[in-house]
Amino acid sequence: MALNTKPNIADPDRFYQSLIDCHRDLSEDQSQRVNSKLILLLSNHIGDEAVLKEAMAIACAESGA
Amino acid sequence: MLQTYEYPEFPYTQSDEQKNGVVKRHPAIIIGAGPIGLTTALDFAQQGIPVVVLDDNNTVSVGSRAVCYAKRPLEIWDRLGCGQRMIDKGVIWKIGKVFRQDDLVYQFDLLPEEDHKIPAFINLQQYYLEEYMIERCKDFGDRVDLRWKSKVISLRNEADHVVLQVETPDGVYQVEADYVVSCDGANSDTRKMLGLDFEGQFFQDRFLIADVVMKADFPAERWFWFDPPFHPNQSVLLHMQSDNVWRIDFQLGWDSDPEEEKKPEKVIPRLKAMLGEDTEFELEWVSVYQFACRQLNDFRCGRVFFAGDAAHQVSPFGARGANTGVQDIDNLAWKLKLVRDGKAPEALLDSYSEERVFAAADNLKHSTQSTDFITPKSKCSTFFRDAVLALAKEHEFARPLVNSGRLSMPTPYEKSSLNTPDEEAFAGKMQPGTNCADAPIRKDNQEGWFLNQIGERFSVVTFGDAPAIDTLDIDGIPCDILVVGKDFEDSKGRLTERYDGKNGTTYLIRPDQHVAARWRSFDKDKIATALNRATCRL
Repeated sequence: MALNTKPNIADPDRFYQSLIDCHRDLSEDQSQRVNSKLILLLSNHIGDEAVLKEAMAIACAESGA
Repeated sequence: MLQTYEYPEFPYTQSDEQKNGVVKRHPAIIIGAGPIGLTTALDFAQQGIPVVVLDDNNTVSVGSRAVCYAKRPLEIWDRLGCGQRMIDKGVIWKIGKVFRQDDLVYQFDLLPEEDHKIPAFINLQQYYLEEYMIERCKDFGDRVDLRWKSKVISLRNEADHVVLQVETPDGVYQVEADYVVSCDGANSDTRKMLGLDFEGQFFQDRFLIADVVMKADFPAERWFWFDPPFHPNQSVLLHMQSDNVWRIDFQLGWDSDPEEEKKPEKVIPRLKAMLGEDTEFELEWVSVYQFACRQLNDFRCGRVFFAGDAAHQVSPFGARGANTGVQDIDNLAWKLKLVRDGKAPEALLDSYSEERVFAAADNLKHSTQSTDFITPKSKCSTFFRDAVLALAKEHEFARPLVNSGRLSMPTPYEKSSLNTPDEEAFAGKMQPGTNCADAPIRKDNQEGWFLNQIGERFSVVTFGDAPAIDTLDIDGIPCDILVVGKDFEDSKGRLTERYDGKNGTTYLIRPDQHVAARWRSFDKDKIATALNRATCRL
């Protein structure tokens, strides 16, 4: 299975809003904590290491790292 | 400070060669009489190789130091005749618990499998371990020549021997050896004398070790805390040792002053915060340490072999230091014996480095990963670590991510050039290059253990119908043939289960109790080819 980079979320605006909402009123550190947990939860759900590595590669390339 | 142990003082005696001024060539010289040097002495002696051991001190380890000894090294010491004594004196444990603040977030059991002779782990002060090995050396008489207060000050490889200068209270003398094993620890002078690179990662964090004598009701388990209320924002590790001595290890952080932290007036309040104001205890030993993760690229330099911390250094998380070093020697002794006897080529000695560099790299990887979890190096890394710990209590998926040190397990030589790959499928964890699993057996109406039937020589173990021959000699290398059900009984069926033993299943086992090859039928020619491959004679 390869990383799905085609649109896959039924209601993109609603998803995006809920992502922003869960950081509302949080400090930088609190947001980092939330994001760290989110990444771990979602990574475990995906499980497939090849897919996760593909996602990491794209994320790291775009950050310029 | 209280002393539960009286340190022996071994007598220095001037060697005959120094007295007479005659340069003598020895088959093997071992530098360092710590756990690895002493293991080398015992294994070489048991193989019939006389050894001289040079140590610059004249007592055992000062302080409890290594403490945790794993199943595989204990099996090796059992083969060398001193493992049981260590187990009898040590504290047997297998459960590890990890706490975050006051909450238990993760628990592991190191040996859920029944029917093994040797426990998963024991805790024992290093001075006992060394003392027992030194006493065991005496059983070999003149074959083990322990020379105390003998410091190697120079060393030089020649084509067919090594020349060493040794300093004693009587001055300096010269000595020669066919082979040298350097077991002189992380700061090995031997390594420096040969100008070898020992590069790696240094870690900034300091840790405080306190050995505390107390009557406490903690169980015999490994307890690890992240951010405990009694030592906020740092980690703490607790281990039970013999004689009511407890090892407590406090993470101190980057900017602590080691001399200041060692003072009892500084240590005692830390302990009181942890143990409670009313707990009575006494300090026995205190030390502050830092560590590095690094290894040599080659464990052989001419006729000098490196083993233990002299060859590879890891963080203490996971008890991978001494435990790995003992397995270095298990790998080296039989190879040196065959080469010395002219039965195998020098190339077999290079396989020591091939196999043990591979094992050291595996250890180093585990050790570095644990270190990155316990002492995160960046803010982001700290966030992830804390997220794992926060999720672990409620959510099962996060528990295997908690890394408070993955405890030492043998590294299979899965890619070794000495292995013969499987031709057919086998069930279970064993494969060419893994160390042999133990199992209970019955021999001559007595209960025993499989690992005590093999080792030091090549063995062929075969299941079911007995082959027509009962010994093999392959170009001068003898090989025992053991038939399960005839030479001993598989009393609980564990051997059959662990080796996937069907009628005809045959294993070729190396002298260090590792699988060299296996087949579904007994074939003399295949055994000979595999043995020749395992000794670099192909």
